[in-house]
Amino acid sequence: MPANPATLAALTARFGPLPTSEFRGQTRVVVARDQLLEAMRLLRAELRFDLLVDVTCVDYLNYRDAANRFGLVYLLASTDTNERLTIRVYLNEPQLTVPSVIGLWKGADWLEREVFDMYGIVFDGHPDLRRILMPEEFTAYPLRKDYPLQGRGERHNFPVLTRREA
Amino acid sequence: MAIEVPENVVVTKLDELASWCRKNSLWPMPFATACCGIELMATGASKHDLARFGAEVFRFSPRQCDLMIVAGRVVMKMLPVLQRIWQQMHEPKWCISMGACASTGGVFDTYAVVQGIDRFIPVDMYVPGCPPRPEQLIQSIIDLQEMIQREGTIEGREFELASRQQTKRALVELPMYGRIPDGRTNDGRPMSQPIRNLKSEI
Repeated sequence: MPANPATLAALTARFGPLPTSEFRGQTRVVVARDQLLEAMRLLRAELRFDLLVDVTCVDYLNYRDAANRFGLVYLLASTDTNERLTIRVYLNEPQLTVPSVIGLWKGADWLEREVFDMYGIVFDGHPDLRRILMPEEFTAYPLRKDYPLQGRGERHNFPVLTRREA
Repeated sequence: MAIEVPENVVVTKLDELASWCRKNSLWPMPFATACCGIELMATGASKHDLARFGAEVFRFSPRQCDLMIVAGRVVMKMLPVLQRIWQQMHEPKWCISMGACASTGGVFDTYAVVQGIDRFIPVDMYVPGCPPRPEQLIQSIIDLQEMIQREGTIEGREFELASRQQTKRALVELPMYGRIPDGRTNDGRPMSQPIRNLKSEI
């Protein structure tokens, strides 16, 4: 179901015209990085998007016709109005910091940690921004496209136990 | 001087007696991390009935076990756990690598999945399959029992053999991609150094 025109109108009234696209009934709005927190506050408080479904990210390195490196994706839903909306923020190195939305949705905690773990996006204001899936001593961001699928040898980097030692 | 042996007395070697006792009461430690674990449970359950071979008592404490069955893929976050559990098990102990993932990494040739547990802990028996049938696992336990009977000693001298101390060939021949970051493992030991650095060779 496409987003309610009133929602888009409210966003446009606050931030001016935003790049908006629709694909198979899903509306996607691109927000600038420094407007993200304000837009999210508007969506949460006034437009009643009370559910943060997911926070994820896309690495557009070597992608055809891509102008930006990372596309941060927020999937929002409203249990009130059954509305769904996708908010995107484009990020480029070296500015890979965005404000955390954990103050608006508590559920953003682990979602943002996962994006940090996999892509190295820093969420400013996150109370506990640690790796969530990879081991703590891991140094790379594995879902970036410049990281090789088979890793840089981290998976072989362990002591070898023989019968004599154990 | 000949010694008269009554009919109900069997003469054997102490080593063989110990091995006979050990092989018929294996206590498996189920290290089940993936779908192979389901087959492992089926093996222990009544239909396939591992109890027929004296290995039905799965213990979840490594200190009560002598047979580790690694069933499923092991990721690099889990490998220190696997090694810790292996170290906690008492001698004599054996290890079965169950399924393609535990033996080779299987289809998961990615940055996080260990490409075969035999690179980092000793393995006595490999079970192919994805996942293996319970019959295959039972066969591997029977084979392991035969191996214990064949070469077992009461002092565990068979574990001191050079062939059991060798690093697996796969680890030596494996090309390493890129540089390994300096650092230490979770328990403070220095990380192993790369065997070969493919990038520097190119």
